[in-house]
Amino acid sequence: MAEPMGFFTDTTVCIGCKACEVACKEWNQLPAADGGAPRLSGDSYDNTRRLDGTHWRHVRFVEQFSEDRRDGRWLLMSDVCKHCVQAGCLEVCPTGAIIRTEFDTVVIQSDVCNGCRACLTGCPFGVIGLNPVSGTAQKCTLCYDRLQAGLEPACSKACPTDSIQFGTIRELRQRAEARVQQLHRQGESRAWLYGADDRMLGGLNAFFLLVDRPEVYGLPPAPKLPSRNLVPSGLWSLLGAIAVGLAGLISFRDRPAARRDVGARREAA
Amino acid sequence: MSPAGLPSTFFTAPPEWGWWIVLYFFVGGIAGGAYVLAVLIDLVGRPEARGLARLGYVVAFPAVVVSALLLIVDLHRPERFWHMLVQSETWRPMFKAWSPISFGAWALLAFGAFALVGVLAALHEDGRLRWGWLSRLRPPAPLGIVLGVLGGALGLVVAGYTGVLLAVTNRPIWADSPLLGLLFLVSGASTAAAVLILLATRARRWAADVETLARFDAFALALELVVLVALVASLGSIVPRVWFNAWGLLLLVGVGILGILVPLALEWHPRAPAPSRALAAALVLVGGLLLRVVMLLSAEAVGRVA
Repeated sequence: MAEPMGFFTDTTVCIGCKACEVACKEWNQLPAADGGAPRLSGDSYDNTRRLDGTHWRHVRFVEQFSEDRRDGRWLLMSDVCKHCVQAGCLEVCPTGAIIRTEFDTVVIQSDVCNGCRACLTGCPFGVIGLNPVSGTAQKCTLCYDRLQAGLEPACSKACPTDSIQFGTIRELRQRAEARVQQLHRQGESRAWLYGADDRMLGGLNAFFLLVDRPEVYGLPPAPKLPSRNLVPSGLWSLLGAIAVGLAGLISFRDRPAARRDVGARREAA
Repeated sequence: MSPAGLPSTFFTAPPEWGWWIVLYFFVGGIAGGAYVLAVLIDLVGRPEARGLARLGYVVAFPAVVVSALLLIVDLHRPERFWHMLVQSETWRPMFKAWSPISFGAWALLAFGAFALVGVLAALHEDGRLRWGWLSRLRPPAPLGIVLGVLGGALGLVVAGYTGVLLAVTNRPIWADSPLLGLLFLVSGASTAAAVLILLATRARRWAADVETLARFDAFALALELVVLVALVASLGSIVPRVWFNAWGLLLLVGVGILGILVPLALEWHPRAPAPSRALAAALVLVGGLLLRVVMLLSAEAVGRVA
């Protein structure tokens, strides 16, 4: 197995150019929505809105301005599949379409997926969507095809500010830690890393440097695995099965006393 | 922007599990429940009730076939439905015990086999099929008891795993309570009893055993009410976010009052007249369907945080 690879997305240097979105769509030949008809969201400069089956990179625009607009800042973040070390989508997929690759990334095999949408519910980040052309669930593959050919993913290659950095997880974590230290020294004390250690789902292989709470970027504060509910829910159901079975046995049992009554009445008749 | 304190389940994407899945949850619950009731009657019931048990098998098998069809139609690549059972690349069996859909696909397949045996044996006893060996496949024949117990266990799985399936996600409501599997299982039993009550009432037969079924149904409804209240309580602060709207009203009125409390009151009387019993059964069915409508579609209505 090759060394685990991933993305470090430093949101503080993102300029919102969307080169990553375009490069991703071009390389992966993702179709336009609604046949390319313009669709304006009215929300900042963002008409993509969210990651889904045909948008595997999404630049989020967060405008934070005071009432009188004297003070304010833009938060820009290029969002992507987190390639979780413990991946909720992979866990629930019933066809085996979702696999972990030799690069420790998570890939949906489009020729195996049958479009049941379990992975959409399993992903803690709402990353996966259906591609209407293939009828299958799709998301970022971390450019599995490019990685196999020794190339870096299209988005990080296209990023003009190195907001998206590609590399081995080990190296990226060191680089990210150094960047946080640098920002803290410069007075940006709010800088922190989201998903850069093993505590979040065993580690996110695409992790982020943020300067606000995760919710502000549309990221869950405490992402969890779907399997956490398997045992409690299963045990409660088992209890219900026992209750239903016992209730049935008690209700339907053939009571000899009642039968004698019926028999006696029959004989009398 | 995003309100503070939003639970993490609200940052996920809805899977667009819509009407096909609502109907599947409803029909699948009836399939599992009807088979279980039939086996229970066969195992411990009086001989005169075997006709009612036969009705259970006759309901369960078509219901499980319809269930499978509903699931296949819901796929966006229905021609690949078999990928749930066989690995398309290696032809090895595809089974993941911890993935409720994978587990459920196998449970449904296996249950379908038991339900088929059940309906064939029932038709044999009915005189519609004349294969002598079929009588060995239904209780009180020893092999029939084994088949019935195994099939009954699978029937309970089919009725209940759908709620576990919803829990083993990251979606609002579904993943926020451990009680959906229990709720669906109990509701499956009560809706199956309601179907049998309606069919038997229409056939004007087995009056004494229908009374027993109604008594069982009343117990199931009472349990369902307790579980439903516990589920709402277990959701806690999620409730205002997801059910202080038309969905909540539908859950309260459609499921709680019309689907549980009213039929419970109607069935509580030991010697209720047939029409009121039939009305109660019909209301149980409506409530069972609405329960699944609310549980699925109210969570679907919570979109991604934009």
